[in-house]
Amino acid sequence: MKAHLTRRYMFSASHRLHSDAMSDNENAATYGKCNNPYGHGHNYALEVTVSGPVDQSTGMVCNLVDLDGFVEQEILQRFDHQNLNTLREFTESVPTTENLCTAIHDILQRGFKQAHLEKIRLEETMMNSFEYAGGKEMIL
Amino acid sequence: MVYLTRKAEFSASHYYHNPDFTPEENQRMFGKCNNPNGHGHNYTLEVTVKGNVNPRSGFVVDLKQLKEILHREVLDAMDHRFLNKEVPEFFNRIPTTENLAIAIWQRLAPKLTAAQLHRVRVYETPDLFVDFYGEA
Repeated sequence: MKAHLTRRYMFSASHRLHSDAMSDNENAATYGKCNNPYGHGHNYALEVTVSGPVDQSTGMVCNLVDLDGFVEQEILQRFDHQNLNTLREFTESVPTTENLCTAIHDILQRGFKQAHLEKIRLEETMMNSFEYAGGKEMIL
Repeated sequence: MVYLTRKAEFSASHYYHNPDFTPEENQRMFGKCNNPNGHGHNYTLEVTVKGNVNPRSGFVVDLKQLKEILHREVLDAMDHRFLNKEVPEFFNRIPTTENLAIAIWQRLAPKLTAAQLHRVRVYETPDLFVDFYGEA
């Protein structure tokens, strides 16, 4: 029996949305208050969805301790209480939540092997969220 | 095709233990969830059905009927129960959230006639939920 399991994590980080390829006016028009040169912060909520057959002997898709350990080590320690613009993931791209979403998906896709990664969902605020499944269509 | 989701809450206790494992293996695999006295959660259940909107009623499914089925098949059996000891599915199966979602699907699917079951989502805590789509 295949089930999907989703775990939610929180981290806080700051960023500034600014593209070197745009003029100052263009940046201000595109990013509005997110272009403030001093940056600003968010409490991000990350939801990681993995799937797989439910193991008969444990009743689990994957051990949560493994997933928590991986996310803590590879994602939270990397992004929590950081200025995203200073990280190597964003030397060439703007740290929008779209780009943060694909960066986090790539880390999980490359490193987490205990279950199949279905998608991630990232809330920037309570009013907006982004989902990424490696470019695949998503089920509801 | 329209999708409709009904939410319900129930509280239950459980513990994780596989009799084929040694006590040390059980402890290593299940950690604090292995405490034989059990522990509890407030579960939130979301049942999603899908179907065409009936042109006369404007409904995908009669919500009152769906609520009654949910209460009879799931809440009456699981609310304020010790899952391992009182719900037959878990006499020989570990009541993880994964297995709970599967058991709820198996209880509901045959009872739903007007609309088709699409997804069962069970939240064990606000930070952890399982989706089951009836896949083998």
